[in-house]
Amino acid sequence: MNAERLPGRGGPAKEPHMATQGQCDLLQLTEHCGCGAKLPAADLREILLGLPASHDPRLLVGPVTFDDAAVYRLRDDCLLVQTVDFFPPMASDPEVFGRIAAANALSDVYAMGGQPLTALALMCLPSKQVPLGVARAIVHGATEKLIEAGALLVGGHTLEDPQLKFGLSVAGLVEPGHILSNAGARPGDMLVLTKPLGTGLTVTAAKAGLAPASLVEEANRWMSALNRAAAEAAVQSGAHAATDITGFGLLGHSWQMAKASGVRMRLRAGQMPLLDRAIEFASMGLVPAGAYANRRFLDGRVRICEKVPLALQDVLFDPQTSGGLLICLPAESVEKFRQAAAGQWECGCAVVGQVEEGDGEPRLFVGM
Amino acid sequence: MNQEMTVDARGLACPIPVIRAKKALESIPQGRVVVLVDEQAAVENIARLAGYMRCSHQCAACEGGFRIIIEKPGSGGEGP
Repeated sequence: MNAERLPGRGGPAKEPHMATQGQCDLLQLTEHCGCGAKLPAADLREILLGLPASHDPRLLVGPVTFDDAAVYRLRDDCLLVQTVDFFPPMASDPEVFGRIAAANALSDVYAMGGQPLTALALMCLPSKQVPLGVARAIVHGATEKLIEAGALLVGGHTLEDPQLKFGLSVAGLVEPGHILSNAGARPGDMLVLTKPLGTGLTVTAAKAGLAPASLVEEANRWMSALNRAAAEAAVQSGAHAATDITGFGLLGHSWQMAKASGVRMRLRAGQMPLLDRAIEFASMGLVPAGAYANRRFLDGRVRICEKVPLALQDVLFDPQTSGGLLICLPAESVEKFRQAAAGQWECGCAVVGQVEEGDGEPRLFVGM
Repeated sequence: MNQEMTVDARGLACPIPVIRAKKALESIPQGRVVVLVDEQAAVENIARLAGYMRCSHQCAACEGGFRIIIEKPGSGGEGP
């Protein structure tokens, strides 16, 4: 270790920056940002290995398919969706952090085709470093997003902790015919992505002081955007499956969906919507550690054509915070989806690949 | 004139090693920057940075991590 004052994993990276208005720069308080702090997928599999199985027939979607949220049958016509997501900051401003954390947690309910109803907040606070006013601003930002989503903050839990973390556990309902699980992708489906990739790279560049404010604002705008319009358009257009793209990156979540569905997927890297300069940030070596963990996990599980430049590959492995939905749509429904999403800025419609028959590895093929 | 600098970025998480290496490379007209890191992600990122700055690099394991030697060519005359 050198003499620099830098604690290890999980500790603050620096003393908080006090800006003129008396606020901390939350981004400088953390080593791993947003969903980039997720444990690698391989570790998660090991943790869940040999878990005593629940054979309750009311549990329709559980941990086995690595889905976005659990689904539990309350009545034949009424299913409960439950999820939890919390992480260290990926934005400097506390209200923005709160908004993004809420959009990210709500996204798991939308990715299952559900409507969120209630939310419980989880906060780990280093109260000697982070003033209570900052904590209040985080919760305020989150509450704004919950109101936008038509959900209620009904409680929460706070802990004293060396690393600031915030998130929400959200419960919602989904109608039986509307479930969008990971396991429904069918050969012939088109893959539609609704938000641009590159949030992990942009946040890392912001942390390095190398991202202009306008790019950071654009990334924050996308991370704060609800996936509600995307989910509604998916349900309306008869989507077979959907997942939200978060810490395992586009390729990690695509692989999980392909595996759960017993299919292969062919992705077109050249068709991906990207945040401005994400490729340049990757070329400069501003790639979050989580992207390398995602790449290692997918070694042998994805085959990438050599025409795909390394920096573009990095974007495909980049851990996303509050990323868009990846939706499996019958080919004839893509236009219907496009029309349903028209005029909703939160929901892009980039056709980025298709689903093919075939089981076994590699399940993902990436071309230009 | 060739200069040599060492950046000890062991114990530091990305993007800090990349920022330090970039500053060191920008501070010399040509020469060598040796970067010490202890995370594989930092090795990968420094390699990308070297390519971005049109420098050659070599990496070897060393005690407590990795040693990456980046060669910054001069701006004139010595190209292939």
